[in-house]
Amino acid sequence: MMIDQATWQEAAADLASGASVFVALWAEPAGDGCVVHLAGRPRGSGDVGVLSLMAHDRHFPSIALHHPGAILMERALCDLHGLIADDTPDPRAWLDHTAAYAFKPAIGPGIHQIPVGPVHAGIIEPGHFRFSVNGETIVRLEARLGYAHKGTIGLMRGQTIGHAAKLAGRISGDSTVAYAYAFACAVERALGIVVPPRAAALRGIMAELERLANHFGDIGAICNDGGFPLMNALTAALRERVLRLSAACFGHRLMMDRIIPGGVEADLTEAAAALIRTTLADLLTQWGRLSELYEKTASLQDRMVTSGRLDPAIARRLGCGGYVGRASGQDFDARRDAPYQPYDTCRFTVPGVSAGDVDARIQIRMAELDQSISLIRDLLATLPTGPLRAALPDTPITTGHALVEGFRGDIFAHVRLRDGLVEAAMLRDPSWFFWPALETAIEGNIVADFPLCNKSFNPSYSGCDL
Amino acid sequence: MRRTLIESLFRGKLTEPAPRVGEAEPMALLTELGETARGRLGRSLAIRELDAGSCNGCELEITALGNAFHDLERFGLKFVASPRHADVLMITGPLTRNMLEAMRSAYEAMAAPKFVIAVGDCACTGGVFAGSPACIGAAAQILDVDLRIPGCPPDPVTLLKGLIGFANALASAPTHRSTQS
Ligand code: SF4
Repeated sequence: MMIDQATWQEAAADLASGASVFVALWAEPAGDGCVVHLAGRPRGSGDVGVLSLMAHDRHFPSIALHHPGAILMERALCDLHGLIADDTPDPRAWLDHTAAYAFKPAIGPGIHQIPVGPVHAGIIEPGHFRFSVNGETIVRLEARLGYAHKGTIGLMRGQTIGHAAKLAGRISGDSTVAYAYAFACAVERALGIVVPPRAAALRGIMAELERLANHFGDIGAICNDGGFPLMNALTAALRERVLRLSAACFGHRLMMDRIIPGGVEADLTEAAAALIRTTLADLLTQWGRLSELYEKTASLQDRMVTSGRLDPAIARRLGCGGYVGRASGQDFDARRDAPYQPYDTCRFTVPGVSAGDVDARIQIRMAELDQSISLIRDLLATLPTGPLRAALPDTPITTGHALVEGFRGDIFAHVRLRDGLVEAAMLRDPSWFFWPALETAIEGNIVADFPLCNKSFNPSYSGCDL
Repeated sequence: MRRTLIESLFRGKLTEPAPRVGEAEPMALLTELGETARGRLGRSLAIRELDAGSCNGCELEITALGNAFHDLERFGLKFVASPRHADVLMITGPLTRNMLEAMRSAYEAMAAPKFVIAVGDCACTGGVFAGSPACIGAAAQILDVDLRIPGCPPDPVTLLKGLIGFANALASAPTHRSTQS
């Protein structure tokens, strides 16, 4: 909806008061100016609304001035479109690394800085961390990203829906199913079509397999950073088995390009469905032992409990979703609160705690594993028969958006189609809100606990570098 | 914990035989590579993985090389923390402009003889990101690439085949690139 500046300011005030939750901010070129879009949802609801403002002379009133959760997105948007957010609290370049960059200062006796990255010691994505420390204690962390900036959203413009879906599935490879899902839902809403029931159920199964694989892998990796590699060795094997299962059933270990606008690419055979059932039963037995191992290992608990605590008030203010939000008192899950097929007819519970520490984030993930396994079982038990795709009609110009719950949290997708091509798109990762949350949660922790805390948030780099 | 440990002992190992590379027998390959690595490069082939802007899919599969099923260290292959410790720079991603300098510095930090392996369609050709103004594209545009392992992402068995085959090639061409600085 095109609005004026006064309405824009009102929307910013609603974000600041907490009446609505910030979802995304993006822009698209329009004539010699730009249109800036703001997506938000009422607190407690998944009903996303989009407001659009014409940015005359490339200026628009800052949202971040009222709502700090929008700072990173405003910076990225200024780099991508040359826009100026008037009175923004942080005008530094973000994706444009040719611009000069000054890290935020931390001044005091004995405080010094430790720069890390963008090439890290492990096999992880590129980013730069600047720690300001006093002895071993971190007094300030600043994450500088943009190293994985590929211009993905820009590449989607003018492409066919099919090609844009491939790009969407590569915004963050660990969430390729969730991204393809979110993009497909946005396209389907834009075109006003409903996917066949069998395709919807298969999408749900893929999304839950992706969640299982990532939760298994990450729980082990967090424990590894907590000095307990045995857990990592055992959960990495569980993750591998989920990936092999995915390959056996859907033809690709990460299930890339299996969800397409209109439906799914491949069917699930009877034999494959049976394989999922037996493998899940076995995984569940082994997982039971491992969760017990986690709970009963005192040295591990000592590292996890109270480390990297994210204050629920900050989680609320930033609008953190996923396991980060749900471990810090936020009760939102797009599968339940912005229902989409097949979850609109599924039964599952959304776990929640408010301790906000590394342990709390692990507890949420552990509870979600159980939920995912039972969701897959239910979806298999009621798997409808029928076609796998709906045809995509030709329409002159339409827009649609969707929220889909990836393993990290809710992914927002927006698309504008014109004559079968993608005219504009936006995909927003949950990590946009995890990065600033991590920066606050790490304060007062020791440097040696950073990998542990970071891994418990596990924000995507590529997902934000767009 | 005791129960988990005892069960792990009796369940037997998960590790699988090496993937076949050409006609050679998997176990023969294993020994051969051990000797190759020792002969040419000391005790092992050390790999520094460098994400030059990937979507992180390639990293997931490279990480999976270390799990109990694939266990790449038994082949004398290992990932190291610093380019200074590395014989091989393994590059993923469509080389973003923002990673160019970091990639160059990492390569320059390595001691000769040094090798470059491009992993994944992005590092091999630019993949779906080819043509993006934010990306340079294939790693070969900037560095001499010794081996390409395509795929989006390549699965761990494909990765292992490539790496074992590469080490074999090194063994059969003893002077290969040894003069490179
Ligand atoms: S090759 Fe595929 S999986 Fe690897 S970084 Fe590129 S898009 Fe991601």
